[in-house]
Amino acid sequence: MEALENLGVWGSILIAVVWSALPIVFILLYALVTLYAEMKIAAHIQDRLAYMRTGWHGTLQPFADILKLLQKEDTISSAADRKLFRLAPYVVFMGTYGAFSAIPFSSIYIGSNIDLGVFFIVAVSSLVVVGILMGGWASNNKWSIFGAMRSAAQMVSYEIPTALAILIAVMITGSLNLQDVTKFQEGGIHNWVVFGGPLPLTQKLLLIPFTLVTFIILFIASLAEVNRTPFDLPEAESELVQGFNTEYSGMRFAMFYLAEYANMFLVSAVTVALFLGGWTSPFGSFLSGPVWGLFWFIGKCLLLVFLQIWIRWTLPRLRVDQLMYTSWKVLTPFLFVCIFGVGLILVL
Amino acid sequence: MAAVRAYFNNIWIALTTVAVGMKITFKHLFVPAVTLQYPDVKLKLPERARNRLYVNIDDCIGCDQCSMVCPVDCIIIETIKSTPDQDLGTTSTGHKKRLHVPVFDIDIAKCCYCGLCVYPCPTECIVMTDVYEFSEFDRNRLIYSFSIMTPQDIELAKEKLKKAEEEAAAKKAAATAAAAKAVQPSGAQALKPASPEPGTPEQPGNS
Repeated sequence: MEALENLGVWGSILIAVVWSALPIVFILLYALVTLYAEMKIAAHIQDRLAYMRTGWHGTLQPFADILKLLQKEDTISSAADRKLFRLAPYVVFMGTYGAFSAIPFSSIYIGSNIDLGVFFIVAVSSLVVVGILMGGWASNNKWSIFGAMRSAAQMVSYEIPTALAILIAVMITGSLNLQDVTKFQEGGIHNWVVFGGPLPLTQKLLLIPFTLVTFIILFIASLAEVNRTPFDLPEAESELVQGFNTEYSGMRFAMFYLAEYANMFLVSAVTVALFLGGWTSPFGSFLSGPVWGLFWFIGKCLLLVFLQIWIRWTLPRLRVDQLMYTSWKVLTPFLFVCIFGVGLILVL
Repeated sequence: MAAVRAYFNNIWIALTTVAVGMKITFKHLFVPAVTLQYPDVKLKLPERARNRLYVNIDDCIGCDQCSMVCPVDCIIIETIKSTPDQDLGTTSTGHKKRLHVPVFDIDIAKCCYCGLCVYPCPTECIVMTDVYEFSEFDRNRLIYSFSIMTPQDIELAKEKLKKAEEEAAAKKAAATAAAAKAVQPSGAQALKPASPEPGTPEQPGNS
């Protein structure tokens, strides 16, 4: 580290590059594992076996899939807007990856320890909508534009419950910096915000119903944010072929895919950092430390990702009006009540 | 008030039914898969499964019934009559073989696996087996020839038959000539045909 710093400007640039490239290494590894896990979980829920012939129990299948995607021809339809079409997958991935910079993976690793961490994540991940809309519009295809429109409507609607749920966690922890939010919850499972946070007992007990409801609502809203079933209307393969990425092939399609999986992790990470204690150990000071912190954080996130996959293979897709009903008439009013309740309890 | 109750009731139903569904899928996560790893593990076929045809040519008497009953004409049989001095033996079911079978081809690509050819066979020599993995890259390889006769055998059989027929014809001509000479006044006997080989009519191999 010191030797690099002695190199002056170039050393610090090198450090910055390595520092910022760490999440992408993680995302790629995580995408490989999740790709495999999703297919396996899906298969076993349906009493099937999934991949069995590529390596031991098909463990090499993700690599084979990536190899296939790399070899595929990158087709662009003649009626497409070529520039926007090519740009869209990168915008989507940029939105996701940008948000990763404010995620506290461990007590010693956070891309950028900014004070407006959560706010930054909410703002930057909105770029995903722009990318999806861009891809759908540029494809010049009916399925794509329908998917993109739905995606825009859905993500804009669900950003409100998400933001409100985040606001409740912020009200309790008193900070927008995710590192501070996580440190606030140190000391064991009972100090997590989902169980009222480390507040005096009476306040804590009063808070628990509100925080539990908020946590569930944040999870539901985050499912909608990343277009996962039962909110996968933008993709809806039974109605819209593949939605906004119908026209994409090869590496550009892979980019969308990677962004989707990275997004799943991102929303789980935000939920974990805000409600489930982030990188703190559930057993207080036992098994805590920077490395264990990384383990706990990723473990908790993968648990939520598993929950997302589990829900995907359980529930059917919602209708558009049901989707809007859930957002505006159920989640948002419940969150208003929660904000009022939490505010009252915190003031008293 | 009823609307409010319906609103909360709906939310409650939504949450509980989701929980019920997720419980079921979670249980199934640990139920053993029903998948059979096909090329490694195969499903046991039912006893009367109809798949690839097999002909036990040693038992075939060349009666052509399977070929006639075939709805898609995928069986082609050619026969050569044997001469009285040849003994082709008997089938395992005790039928006497009277015909050479130089061609017994089944175009399995045409076969519709109806199994109709199996029932009329008097010697039960055409059967459906449980083999179903016989795809080929070349369609012609799906024409199965079951005959074991070599071209020389066929030639020999044909020649023998020809000779026997010629002899019979000569005999017949001589007989008619003699009869015409001997029984000139009553001509009725001369019209009786002389068969080249004595056959028993109830044997299906002697059509």
